[in-house]
Amino acid sequence: MLGPFEYGIWLIGFLLEIYVLVCAIFRRSFVKYLEINVYMSAAALVALGEYFSIHHYGFQSINYRYYYYYSESLLTILLFWVVTQFYQQVFAEMAVSRYIRGAAAFLLLATGFFSYIVIHENKDHLTSRFVVELGQNLYFVGVVLTYLLWGAVLTLRETRTRLIQLVLALGVYFSATAGIYALRNLFPGLQPSLLRWLPPLMGIWLPLAWSYTFTKVPEDARLTTARLMVKAR
Amino acid sequence: MIAALICVISVAAFLQFFVSYCRSILASSRKFELSARVREVTGIANHGVAADDFKRLLQLVRLCPERGDDRSEIRAVGVYYSLLAVINFVAGSVTPALAAWSERERQNCSYFAAVALDRRISYSRDLFTQQVAERR
Repeated sequence: MLGPFEYGIWLIGFLLEIYVLVCAIFRRSFVKYLEINVYMSAAALVALGEYFSIHHYGFQSINYRYYYYYSESLLTILLFWVVTQFYQQVFAEMAVSRYIRGAAAFLLLATGFFSYIVIHENKDHLTSRFVVELGQNLYFVGVVLTYLLWGAVLTLRETRTRLIQLVLALGVYFSATAGIYALRNLFPGLQPSLLRWLPPLMGIWLPLAWSYTFTKVPEDARLTTARLMVKAR
Repeated sequence: MIAALICVISVAAFLQFFVSYCRSILASSRKFELSARVREVTGIANHGVAADDFKRLLQLVRLCPERGDDRSEIRAVGVYYSLLAVINFVAGSVTPALAAWSERERQNCSYFAAVALDRRISYSRDLFTQQVAERR
């Protein structure tokens, strides 16, 4: 069973996701940030499902594991939708949204196919290996997509502080989670001790950072991206 | 092999995203001009805010009544400052350019803490004025 620490993390994450939704509704920006709000709604529902899954089947059960990995993969795919929306906002003046959607769909299919190819030789544990492999690859594609987006933000001298902070928070989440998954593959021995705590902690990051942005950063706030670039003089 | 590659690239990307995110929070405080009162209270009237002033300024911030809306950003900048201190310690003697960069960043963190202190002092004064007005 889970201890108070795990339940605490779960509760904080769940409440922050609800907070982002409530914030969007009260500020009448639910439709404007529809993708983020759909993701937060789905994340909150998944968190509720996790709670019931643990209580019904147990934390160590195979049912919970499958629920956890597959729901996480679905949430990551929803995050790709969020990234696509960010791309459309950044490239709004260039009218290339059709190409962005096409490229995102292609990348998603390619990732699934690549994951399948990688574990093709291990047919005896195909499904369980597939979800871990798919998770790692999906998050890594997320890192690449967000990094390219960040490059576009810098190149096009995007100044909207809100958009910049939303993108950076997403980049932190994708890169940290992809790194954790990769570490799990490299050092399976670390999973019961250190790596067990990191994914739930990272789960808090995104709703925390986005709730901060929606609460503290006004819609019309502007920022010079040159100030954010890391330069060693 | 693929996992190792993903791990290295992800860690590098994480550092860049995290540093940029913290800088985006710090950037908001750079436009803020410190009041003479805060310069006097903190003893930085004659020179700029130093990188090592951060912890002292944070202690002063904690002495003031909370505004309630700056806790999360102070905590985030605190984490960033700790990360920079580690970078400064590890890379200080190896790469002077990186050490100089982390020193500048730590200085920005200190300036952020001074701005937070200024805002909290203003908030306290407003509260006090309000209470005095209510008593009359």
